Amino acid sequence: MTAPDGTPQQPAGNEPAATAPAGEAVRKGEAVLKPAGDEPAAGEVVLKLEGVVKTFPGVRALDGVELEVRAGEVHCLLGQNGAGKSTLIKVLAGVHHADEGSITWLGEPFAPATPQAAMRAGIATIYQELDLVDDLSVAENAFLGHEESRGGFLRRGSTAARTREILGRLGHAHIPPRRLVRSLPAAGKQIVSMARALSHDAKLIVMDEPSAVLAHDEVENLFRIIRELTSHGIAVIYISHRLEEIRDIGDRVTVLKDGRTTAANLPARSTPTRELVSRMTGRTIEYVFPQRTGRATSGEPLLEVEGLTRDGEFVDASLSVRAGEIVGIAGLVGSGRSELLETIFGARPADAGTVIMAGKRIRSIGDAVRQGMGMAPEERKSQALLLDEPIYRNMTLSSFSGYARGGFTDAGKEKEAALRTADQLELRPRDVNRPVRTLSGGNQQKVVVGRWLLDKTKLLLLDEPTRGVDVGARAELYQVIHDLAAGGVGVLLVSSEVPEVLGLADRVLVMREGHLIHEAPAAEIDEATVLDLVMAGSLMEGEPA
Amino acid sequence: MTDQSTKPGVPAQSPPVDPTLPTDTTKEQPRQSWWKSDGAEPVRRNLGLVGVLVVLVIIGIVTRPELYGNASWVTDNVWTILQQASAIGVVTVGMTFVIIGGGIDLSVGAIVAVAGVWSTTLATQSYGAAGMIFTAIVVGVVVGLINGLLVSYGRLVPFIATLAMMVAARGLAAQISGKQTQVSSNTTINDIASTKILGIPMLVIILALVVAAGWVLLNRTTFGRRTVAVGGNVEAARLAGINVRVHTVLLYALSGLCCGIAAIMLTSQATSAQAAMANLYELDAIAAAIIGGTLLSGGRGTIIGALFGVLVFSTITNLFAINNLSTEVQNMVKGGIIVAAVLVQQFRYRSLTQLFGRKTA
Repeated sequence: MTAPDGTPQQPAGNEPAATAPAGEAVRKGEAVLKPAGDEPAAGEVVLKLEGVVKTFPGVRALDGVELEVRAGEVHCLLGQNGAGKSTLIKVLAGVHHADEGSITWLGEPFAPATPQAAMRAGIATIYQELDLVDDLSVAENAFLGHEESRGGFLRRGSTAARTREILGRLGHAHIPPRRLVRSLPAAGKQIVSMARALSHDAKLIVMDEPSAVLAHDEVENLFRIIRELTSHGIAVIYISHRLEEIRDIGDRVTVLKDGRTTAANLPARSTPTRELVSRMTGRTIEYVFPQRTGRATSGEPLLEVEGLTRDGEFVDASLSVRAGEIVGIAGLVGSGRSELLETIFGARPADAGTVIMAGKRIRSIGDAVRQGMGMAPEERKSQALLLDEPIYRNMTLSSFSGYARGGFTDAGKEKEAALRTADQLELRPRDVNRPVRTLSGGNQQKVVVGRWLLDKTKLLLLDEPTRGVDVGARAELYQVIHDLAAGGVGVLLVSSEVPEVLGLADRVLVMREGHLIHEAPAAEIDEATVLDLVMAGSLMEGEPA
Repeated sequence: MTDQSTKPGVPAQSPPVDPTLPTDTTKEQPRQSWWKSDGAEPVRRNLGLVGVLVVLVIIGIVTRPELYGNASWVTDNVWTILQQASAIGVVTVGMTFVIIGGGIDLSVGAIVAVAGVWSTTLATQSYGAAGMIFTAIVVGVVVGLINGLLVSYGRLVPFIATLAMMVAARGLAAQISGKQTQVSSNTTINDIASTKILGIPMLVIILALVVAAGWVLLNRTTFGRRTVAVGGNVEAARLAGINVRVHTVLLYALSGLCCGIAAIMLTSQATSAQAAMANLYELDAIAAAIIGGTLLSGGRGTIIGALFGVLVFSTITNLFAINNLSTEVQNMVKGGIIVAAVLVQQFRYRSLTQLFGRKTA
């Protein structure tokens, strides 16, 4: 079943020695990139992948991957969702096994049978969903699976001491080794994951979107740690959707598309964004927000929130959204923005204040849905989707009763409607019988948005709509949001990416530590001002409520 | 499994494929034959259980060839197997709904006992057959409602809530009956088990009706859709506006209803009821649902699969009976079959390529 038809177009065995032009273009007819001057002093090659192929039933997830990682470098992997990044790191971690191609690790052929074998060989992987045990301590997590013991009894003292030492190396000696991981914030958990990698004496650490769960200053700290690691000769494979991070921390970039390496070893700092994006998408797209037409700045408010409060989460939040208006809330993770959105939707009970939608008071999700509110929550997979159910059933999850007659569902009508919406959203693949699990992040998000389109929603609450969505699909989602507003739907949007809020919204609210501290039309506020408000709140000129 | 649009290619009503489609979607479609598609999944799963049944029958033929030479004995034996499967089959349908909905009901055997005992007290019997049936069903539904309220509004873990109910309901059944076997003197009730319509035993007809109703309810109604949604991702269901709490209560009430129906069937078969009746039905029903492909974590399962699970168990019982073997051995075999069935399912989920890939890599 694994016929060698996937021969990479790049000549196999092509030895990209340190002097070879970095970033050799793979597809013919395209300009070969010049080696950049800012390439770091080359360490020796520790990891080399050639023509790696991995097939799953019905999908060729990896179709000829080339990758070369040197000691002491931060090698960034770039690619859209579904490009094969996750599969690739799972092959390296010993979770999946390559069908074809060669992997060389420290000069030896490498085919880890299990994740433990990969760990022992010195390759540690830090997954996006950190695989820590919440109810074990920091030290127990760091040494999970290779506990220090004597005669079957754990050596708690020396484990704690070694953990302390590792945490010290990571610059976080203040984390107590005996503290339960549950009580740590997301950044702290990530430190523990890294401590685990170091406890194995890892020579290569693979990080899958480590910054996705971190606030701005925590990312800086993460980068400091990564630099510390690489200065000791540890190689890092860094995956992120944020180009500015790649520019900041990365040394070289390898771009994947459809399971293939489309560009290898580009210099991270000097390769133009346009170049990177075109390697990911196969077309050059301008990463801009679609032109907004017919902004709604007058008319009756659709949603009115007055003095909404939830103890410990947010205080005295008041806002309004008109039909056809896009209102954006900028704020960091933990500022209370998601909680505010969920409370407006009736998913959390308010301690004080009122939510009025189309003249009716909203007290529960049932009220909200009946009044034409819909929400796309932050955690798509855990909060919005039935991953094993077909697309159409996910799309009609809030409206299937409307297609039913006398309690009997009408799958035919549902599919028809779902297919219409799928076309409206340019959902790919265009097969509403497919399980949602098989879709990329961007397309999964479209399914969630599609659910509320089907339900003739008048107000859409979007919590981080482009989280984990690749560049190309983002632009499509932005267009969808604009189209919705143009069609008279009110949108209340939350995002931690300031350009997104500014680019999409008509009106911007800034939220910090549970307070809505500023409101301004999007045209009258710039990114620096919003960032300053979000992080420090130093301007504080908006009324404090 | 009648979902025809899961066949390869695009559904018939849809317009032709847009030529600007990315090539990856068109590329992988021919590779996916219908047999491998997700739509065929319940079919493959049930065929496996049918295979097990065939093997069991072959074992029966090999071990007792003289019995199988007799056509009328074979017919009678088939009805015997189906009748033995009838009450537990009805209970399993309810259990399957609860499990797909993300719960579990350990109290089904005890509910059957309470419903059976309550409907055969002298006081209840004085209201005649209709009164007895009404009592059994109401008792079943009410106990199920209590389960549901405890889980849904009392926020008890389903395992704990129904474990407590299992103990309490058995106690109540013993209390009502004074630990005595209560004989049913109502001939209408007693005749249910011996009545045949067009040669088909009444109990088998009841089972068929409950299974058919359960299949329609799960696959063709909004109730079934909500069940899958609530069990598959409770948060997604809640945020989509489904009233998860009310639905959970209804699921346990439905299980109770099935128990009430089963209580009447068992009472009719034994012409009596007692506190110890339907002993360990919860385990049989859970096992049947699971080997029928219902995911214990909820969100996925089939009624037909559960029915086959029940049939496998009652066929084994029958196989041992015609060979005059002890129930002890029978229980060991049953345990083995549960493990084997679940192993086979896991094997399929992890997919063959992955398993073989590990060896060759």
